[in-house]
This record gives sequence, structure tokens and C-alpha cells, in this order.
Amino acid sequence: MSGFSGAAAIAGIGATEFSKESGRSEWRLACESVLAALDDAQIGVEEVDGFALFTMETNPEIAVARALGIPELTFFSRIPHGGGGACAPVQQAALAVSSGVADVVVVYRAFNERSGHRFGSGPPPFAYVHNTDQEYRNWINPYGLMTPAQQEAFLARTYMHKYGATSEDFGRVSVLSRKHAARNPKAWFHERPITLEDHQASRMIADPIRLLDCCQESDGGQALVIVSTERARDLPHPPAVITAAAQGVGPQQISMSSYYRDDIDAMPEVELVARQMWAQAGLGPDQIDAAVVYDAFTPMVLLQLEEYGFCGRGEAKDFIADGHLEVDGRLPVNTHGGQLGEGYLHGVNGIAEGVRLVRGTSVNQPDKAVDNVLVTAGSPVPHSAIVLSADR
Amino acid sequence: MNERRTAVPPLIVTQDNSFFFEGAAAGRLLIQRCADCGTLRHPPGPTCPQCRSFEWDTVESSRRGTLHSWTISHHPQDPAFEYPLAVGLLDLEEGTRLVADIAGVPHDELHIGMPLEVGFAEHAHGAVLPQLRAPGASRTEEGES
Repeated sequence: MSGFSGAAAIAGIGATEFSKESGRSEWRLACESVLAALDDAQIGVEEVDGFALFTMETNPEIAVARALGIPELTFFSRIPHGGGGACAPVQQAALAVSSGVADVVVVYRAFNERSGHRFGSGPPPFAYVHNTDQEYRNWINPYGLMTPAQQEAFLARTYMHKYGATSEDFGRVSVLSRKHAARNPKAWFHERPITLEDHQASRMIADPIRLLDCCQESDGGQALVIVSTERARDLPHPPAVITAAAQGVGPQQISMSSYYRDDIDAMPEVELVARQMWAQAGLGPDQIDAAVVYDAFTPMVLLQLEEYGFCGRGEAKDFIADGHLEVDGRLPVNTHGGQLGEGYLHGVNGIAEGVRLVRGTSVNQPDKAVDNVLVTAGSPVPHSAIVLSADR
Repeated sequence: MNERRTAVPPLIVTQDNSFFFEGAAAGRLLIQRCADCGTLRHPPGPTCPQCRSFEWDTVESSRRGTLHSWTISHHPQDPAFEYPLAVGLLDLEEGTRLVADIAGVPHDELHIGMPLEVGFAEHAHGAVLPQLRAPGASRTEEGES
């Protein structure tokens, strides 16, 4: 353990329903989820003095602070790169709390991503700005790589070619997620499991990525409350202690299209985050009891399992087929149903599931003791992850 | 192209990359080269990641290469393209890579390692840009959009 490791904890989680049409403003979804998380933590709204967000959040912290009557903020930050940054605000919060810059930091993601602008429909509104940040689009968008599925397809194809993975190997991730979601009343796909045949029959989106390899698009809000571990011990729920939290950018990194590295199916930014996870927490992959692996598209689950060292390069398909990701397996994964099954809250609902696993309250809680949970953010973009641990 | 407007963002042309688009408009595939250490780079940028030199010139590519990876896109559909749309990542002979749509190659014949060459065609917003084709297929400009 080193640095801020262990100093801060997630003490509260709260969400709206996850739907396809919330019927409410994104601003309101943000406020509802923040209040729900504070209520879960039993912390007063006026005590919030920090917000940590990641980009593609349309509700700025000042709007939420104003709406909720939060009088003062001493810390506010926003991490770039959308879903890749999903876990990084928790690091920001842990750094702020452990250094005394803020005492109660709230993280949220709230959007009408299904009934409003859909990420899967094409370039987002900010893509049309003429600046260096968007220049990378010159080299993909004009040729028809417009959506995340299209942009990730090259990696999936290369991975299949190198290691003999098949569409069915990707499909097993989807089947597992829907199995977990089927038992989760909060999941959009509650009581709606699928078979591998359903996956194989689903239409092609960006070959080799099929419809059922793609996460949902969702409306909703999810918030987290981070305080010092010391304070969290006095609050109603067992603390989910932040024992590791890291970001990573790898060599020749380009958003969604790092196609110019020797191995396009390797994600050195993920491996860099993995290295920091283990160093900060003083753990290795063998000590991780469960994981929430970012599943915008199923191939990334295989690639991430390998980068985090849960299995060797090219072995994820066998690791999954052998049942290791099941609730009673070696590494239960996405027990809430993932973004494929529960909802797409840009990874933040996965952090909430990590908290529930540590508390022992997941709807698919493994029988074994869960002391350490890895939660990862999106790839192939600049990456982030956290390890949440029981306070034992 | 149908009535619906394309969602392809207009090109972001800068002092670092204008050579590429000017070359493409003239039917030439240009690769940026560090004037100090000679390292080729694509996509273009202001500096050489190897030696940090700001000095650069360009070399003209043979336009020959092999397919590194590919996809066939079905959904969603943008009016700038015809679907199913094949898109490839080409390993150019010079050692850099290039993304472009693939025209005139039956989709069931696409495979990693297959030889392809770079031609040029009109894309969204009237930009003439690279397009991947079967070897020998780029003798004439086809001007597809």
C-alpha cells in the first residue's frame, strides 16, 4: 500500500432507474442520483464540498450545486476521454479527500443517452469543433469509422485472427451478462436472459461485432459519495475502501483508434493501469475476488482480462468458456449484468456494483468472501480503474 | 448521396496535415518524414516522436500494401456511404498504416494479409481521399461518393 491507498472510501451510492426514456431532464437525473447517494451515505447535502466528473457529462458541477443549494465547493475536476475516464473521478476524489482539499466529494454520471443523443448514432456534438482534440477524426470518420463499434472492430478482428477467438467467444460475455442481469430487478434486461444462439442470430453491426456484442444505450443517473475511510467507518454501510485508483495513457495513444502501434489488439494503457493497481493495493490479480470489467463491447472484456493478468494473452476465450466469470467462479465478473445487461451509465453503475460486492449486497453476491474488487473503465482510450476493498 | 445530411465531420485541416489532403486531391499519397532522422509518421503531427524535430518533408507512397485489419459496417448508416461498407487498415510498403474504405473487393474475399492498393475517390463534403482497392484497380479515377 502506498500514497493515498486506503485513505478514502466510497460511503454512498445512489441511482435513478435505468430506462430508455427517463422523461426528465439530464440535470434532474443528476440531482436525483446525487441526493440518493448522499441519503445512502447519510451525509447532509450541505456537507458536499467537492465534485469529480469525467467528460461527456452535460451537467456541470455548478449546475448541480446550484440546484441542490450546496453553498461551497473547494474541489472540482473533470477527467477527459469519456468512458475511459469513468474510474478516474474516484481517484480525484480519493486524492482530494486524502490530502484534505475536500471532505465529501461526489461523483456522478447522468444523461438521457437513449432518448437524447445516442453515442452509437455517430460522432457526438463536440466532434464538429475545429481543434487538436478532434483532429484524430480526420483519419477515421471520412472513411466510415463513425461509431465506437466500428472503431473497435479492427481490434476485435486482429484478436480473432491472432488467437483463434470466434464470435461465439465474444458472445459468451453477452450471455453471462444477461444471465446476471436477469436476476437484477434494476437491470433493463431483468428476467430476459439470452442464449448463445440468440447472440449468433443477432444482426451484424460492424463485423465481427454483432448487436448483442454492444452495450445498451440508457437514460439515468448514478452517483457515488467519497469520504475519508475514517469517517466512512461511522456511516451506515461498510466502507468500500479505495485501495488503488489509477489512470493510464500508453505510447502513440489516439482516442478509439490507436491503429499505428505494432500490436493494435494490445492496450498498453490498460496494462499501465493494471501495474499501478497492483503496486498501490499491494495485491495481484490472484487476490481480486470479483471484477466489474467495462463492457461497452464484448471483445474489450477479453482484451482487458488479459491486460489485467487474469489469464495469459489469447487465453481469455478459454478462461471465460471454463466458467471462471460465473458468480461461483474464480472471478465473478459484471454481477449486476454489466452495461450489456443492467444499463449503460458510462461505467459508473459498475463502480456502484463494486461497492455492493464489497458490502455483500449484490443481487448476485458470490458465496465466498469478497475482499477486493477491481472496477475498470473504457478502452481503447486513455484508461482508468480502481480497486475497492473491504475494511478488514 | 441521398437527401439526409452526412454526419461525417468536415476535415480539420491544419499546417501539420494540409500536405496530405493536397496530395490526395492531386492523386498522390504522401507520408510525413522527419527531415532530421528520416522516420516516417502517419497520421501527421507537428513533431517527430523519435527525435522531437519540428523539421519535416514528405515522401510519396507506392500506394501498395497489405490488409492489416478490416470491418464491414452495417449499422448505423450514413448517407456519405453505401452499405454494407468495408473499411480497412492497410500496412503500406513504406511501413506506415492507413485507414480507408475498401471499394470493389467482394466482402467474402477480404482477409488479413491480402494485397491492396490505394486509389482516390470523392468522399463526404467533396473531399478527395484515399480508398483501398484490389491491386491494379486504381488506374483511373472513379470519383465515387
